[in-house]
Amino acid sequence: MSIELSNISKTYNGSDFVLSDISVKIETGEFFAIVGPSGCGKSTLLRMIAGLIPITSGELKINDKDVTNLPPQERSLTMVFQNYALFPFLSVKDNVAFGLKARKMEKSEIDSRVINALELVNLSEYKERKPGELSGGQRQRVALARAIASDAKICLMDEPLSNLDAQLRNKMRSEIRELQQKLGLTLIYVTHDQVEAMTMADRIMVLNEAKTQQIDSASDIYDTPSNTFVAGFFGTPQMNLIPVTLHANSQSLNNESGLNFPNNHQLSKGKYLVGVRPNALSIDDSATVNNGLITTIEYLGTHSIVHVILDNSLEVLVETKSAEHLTTNQQITVNVTGKYYIFSEDGQSLLLTNGGYINDGKSSKEPKLQALF
Amino acid sequence: MMENQAKSQNFKLSSEKEKSNISLGYNPYAKDKLYALLFLGPSLLILAIFVFYPMLRTIYLSLFLTNNLGNPTVFVGIKNYLTLLTSSSYINSLIATLIYVIAVSILTIIIGLILAQAATKKVAGISFFRTIFSATMGVSVSVAAIFWLFIFNPSVGLLSQLFTALNLTPINWLTEPGWAMTAIVISTVWMNLGFTFLIFFGALQSVPYTLYEAAQIEGASKSYQFFHITLPMISPTIFFVSIITLIESFKSFGLIDLMTAGGPNNATNLLVYRIYQDAFLNGNYGLSSTESVILAVIIAIFTFIQFKVLEKRVTY
Repeated sequence: MSIELSNISKTYNGSDFVLSDISVKIETGEFFAIVGPSGCGKSTLLRMIAGLIPITSGELKINDKDVTNLPPQERSLTMVFQNYALFPFLSVKDNVAFGLKARKMEKSEIDSRVINALELVNLSEYKERKPGELSGGQRQRVALARAIASDAKICLMDEPLSNLDAQLRNKMRSEIRELQQKLGLTLIYVTHDQVEAMTMADRIMVLNEAKTQQIDSASDIYDTPSNTFVAGFFGTPQMNLIPVTLHANSQSLNNESGLNFPNNHQLSKGKYLVGVRPNALSIDDSATVNNGLITTIEYLGTHSIVHVILDNSLEVLVETKSAEHLTTNQQITVNVTGKYYIFSEDGQSLLLTNGGYINDGKSSKEPKLQALF
Repeated sequence: MMENQAKSQNFKLSSEKEKSNISLGYNPYAKDKLYALLFLGPSLLILAIFVFYPMLRTIYLSLFLTNNLGNPTVFVGIKNYLTLLTSSSYINSLIATLIYVIAVSILTIIIGLILAQAATKKVAGISFFRTIFSATMGVSVSVAAIFWLFIFNPSVGLLSQLFTALNLTPINWLTEPGWAMTAIVISTVWMNLGFTFLIFFGALQSVPYTLYEAAQIEGASKSYQFFHITLPMISPTIFFVSIITLIESFKSFGLIDLMTAGGPNNATNLLVYRIYQDAFLNGNYGLSSTESVILAVIIAIFTFIQFKVLEKRVTY
């Protein structure tokens, strides 16, 4: 089942928009993630799709049918909540059967669906237990089983893994993805965790300050972030953002620190923001002229993250394979060795990268930039 | 791992210490006992004077005839009990009390729940209603009695005027036996509502909202949600409130004294009021002590039954 959002907005007082002008078409069987920092309106958007919160303006279609004003139960979807929303007084199997009983389904049908759903999430042995007697991961699976049992082909998930510990989260991530594939669910997954979104989703919608920032696949978002917010949100550690100036007739974009980005593109002179990921920078500790001072070294096993204060007191992070020869308070030179992104000075749009991609707004793919109101 | 080791080591150390202390004939708990007594002493003393002594004295007196100063004169054993349990007037009081208690408890819980449920709705001015609903908590019994006496007054009362306006014959609320009971049940329920409302309101607020959202998406109707989510979720609170209300209504005194004084024709002469009359109006302290003991036993039995029955229904 496909879901189509057209110009959906939400406001509680008529002037402050919690969400503004959200449009996207989610295809049948797609794993669609909505990502953004807390307070960006992502949960509100999900609840509006579910029908739990009324839509202020815009149109919502499920399978080409307008459902904008329909109550939740008539939208043929199901939802998994962050706190699982299990009924503490019901056993696991009664929790799974709750909706089916509420809809007065036949008992034999309920039983077979419950057994089937519990089997899919490997909880058959626990069907008589109360939620209080289960671990966090098991509770989340009960919530999944309830969603499966309802047999709806659209499933909405609101940060379903954020209450679990890191290891379990990794495990559940792949389990949810597998289930989605197996059952052919159209899944909308809300999370604030960029890693979750990147590893699970077919496409990602990045929300910030009530607006869509970008809708793309994980690799497209990583490779061509539409603005500095998206660029900073995806990738760990964060992309470095460095203000630069292009002087007339200059061959490079200069930062006062002495960090230079070659300019072989047709940029007009002026000020820009350059984004460069820590793995696209390198450290040279043998140069005669230095431009930075090491303040911290984070050892992460396979690599290290080095915090460097440049001469103009701008801090950048550099990822390096081995930091054994480096010490804190050491004078070094930071060089640009990989891909970098040139953003407009206000950070709102990606102009080009040193790979040569130019965002002229006429891209053949999904629109990179939503109209900003 | 490390922590565990440290713990077990600690444990070993302390147990060795204890052993050595014991071998020296020193009791390590003696000091604790002294402290315990020091801390408990004051409240034990107060409880002893105002609770334990009167309780034992009541049981003692219930086996005697007394003079009008309340001093025991003749030991009669269980004769007081036999007298009461074979007296038709006492049995009538008992039945009236049961009717009153059950009616008050059920009505208080149902109406309190309805008010609390209504108060959770997010509509304009709801906080005004929340205040009003809980306002009876701040009303004293005497004020409530005057207020209800005015409403029930057969000639100038609000209800009489209403009935007259509707061309109905006004009811003599406080002078007809059946209606007198109805009147004090209504007043007591009204008095109880403030507390009950507050407790239920708090309980309803603590039910996670996502449970309702989940149910809504699953297609459960509002009434299905109420009976299958709200009621089970607040069942511990309902249990608590029902016990409190039951015990409290067994002990009702003020409203009855001020509104009907046990009348008409002993129709509202409930057990506690009877105890008061026998002791302080008739000077029959022995008999009234017996009534107190019987009442205590009845309350204990009811509470026990309630625990047994509701234990099974309190779902988590």
